[in-house]
Amino acid sequence: MIISPELFQQIIFYTFATFTVGSAMAVVSVKNTIFSALFLVLCFFNTAVLWLLIEAEFLAITLVLVYVGAVMVLFLFVVMMLDVKQAKASQLKQSYTKAALLIAAAMLVELMVLFAYKLSGQLPTNELVRQEQGYSNVTELGMELFTKYVYPFEIAAVILLVAIVAAIMLTMRKREGNKQMDASKQININPAERLRVVSMKAEKAEGRSQGEES
Amino acid sequence: MIETLNFLIFDNLIYILAIVLGVILTVAYLTYFERKVIAFMHVRMGPNRVGPWGLLQPFADVVKLLTKEIIFPKNANKFLFLIAPIITLATAFAAWAVVPFADGMVLADINAGLVYILAMTSLGVYGVIIAGWASNSKYALLGALRSAAQIVSYEIAMGFALVGVLVAAGTLNLSDIVRAQEGGIVHWYMWPLLPLFVIYYISGVAETNRAPFDVAEGESEIVAGFHVEYSGAAFALFFLGEYANMIIISALTAIMFLGGWYSPVSGDSWIAQPSIFWFLAKTSIFLYAFFWLRATLPRFRYDQIMRLGWKVFIPITIAWIMVVAVLKVYNIGPWWN
Repeated sequence: MIISPELFQQIIFYTFATFTVGSAMAVVSVKNTIFSALFLVLCFFNTAVLWLLIEAEFLAITLVLVYVGAVMVLFLFVVMMLDVKQAKASQLKQSYTKAALLIAAAMLVELMVLFAYKLSGQLPTNELVRQEQGYSNVTELGMELFTKYVYPFEIAAVILLVAIVAAIMLTMRKREGNKQMDASKQININPAERLRVVSMKAEKAEGRSQGEES
Repeated sequence: MIETLNFLIFDNLIYILAIVLGVILTVAYLTYFERKVIAFMHVRMGPNRVGPWGLLQPFADVVKLLTKEIIFPKNANKFLFLIAPIITLATAFAAWAVVPFADGMVLADINAGLVYILAMTSLGVYGVIIAGWASNSKYALLGALRSAAQIVSYEIAMGFALVGVLVAAGTLNLSDIVRAQEGGIVHWYMWPLLPLFVIYYISGVAETNRAPFDVAEGESEIVAGFHVEYSGAAFALFFLGEYANMIIISALTAIMFLGGWYSPVSGDSWIAQPSIFWFLAKTSIFLYAFFWLRATLPRFRYDQIMRLGWKVFIPITIAWIMVVAVLKVYNIGPWWN
């Protein structure tokens, strides 16, 4: 083997970084919305690999679990159900492109300002601090979340809970003639009320039966 | 450093190959086992023509499936149609990376193992959704929607059951979870976490779309669900993925609730030695239970499945997490190490 571990890591980083940027661009440029959603999944995956490279394994796996495993599944669901017609080039107006470019430029400037002035003191200037083997960033993350950041953490949890309840309340509607089943009613049915078993002698058919017709 | 890299690449490749081959062979004989078990429950003989006692039947089936033609439906998206079974299989195999077979016998002993397992099993739903959509068939799409809704619902109950294990063991590392259950059957988490244990296993059955939760492929209503348009090798991959998922659910139940590689008795005798055979035996019990359930119970109605997942399992798991937390903090019971 000729390549050193450092070089190996660089190769991995640039490969997956290229995939991340490429799939992110594909999300907005492909015509088919299903492929758009699937490229977003690919983008999340590659981002997770990049996070693994900076030893944030818990965050990387959680990204896959939450965004790929849950959020994007629902996205894909909606996109498949909507049956969106493939966008044609003629439908894309020139004014949209201009507006989009303007927004993109504004965001780029904002990001550059942020990194140049606000965060310059906080960004690590040289190499990433590598932890020794056996270091668990799950434990570390848990300690930080439940001690230093306990109030923001709890407040975020309550906000999410409220959002869930609100979403369910918004989609719940009462309809006339809705034949919703009530499990407890179904279980507590008394068979005697529904079915009468009569004992009778076997009867012999009189006159024409079906068999004789044919 | 270069030796480390060599180790990382070549030794791991050998381990990966060993696990994949092992899982594939187990799947092959699991299908045989399933047919035999169900046959005996139906008072039939089961496969008994190919080889002694029908033991070569799985290979005959594989050869048959591989030599069949793969048919593409009209207007189907070929790329997605082909990638769907691959996704199903790949995620089913990827989850095996963190499964500890015995003490130290694990491919990747990562700290976030439990979260990794959840992430990988939740990815399996993509194969189903993409297969259903790419087939360009209404039965396939309906089956995919049913299956996806079911998997997403039961994942929540499953996740909460795992939170209980996490509270009890205090770690996300699967090997450490097993080590926390050392010392005989009393220390296994199936006792303090009994409701979670039952819920985890039932959710696992639901998540793999096996009977009695197999509305996703309800033959009487939607022909065969999401894989109705698949034939030959592509169908074989779905089949392989489903069985690999069953094995992993059984293995995880054994690891998290039945003490993995530890013997049920404690002491120094030969029977008390921890070994991979205990792990395999415990896994087999749950695999058998899969078939037992299939031969015993009729298929649930769709609304019954949803009600069970959302209104029964999730509240029970949330309540029991509180109970486990109290038991753990005040050290109540003989099961904590």
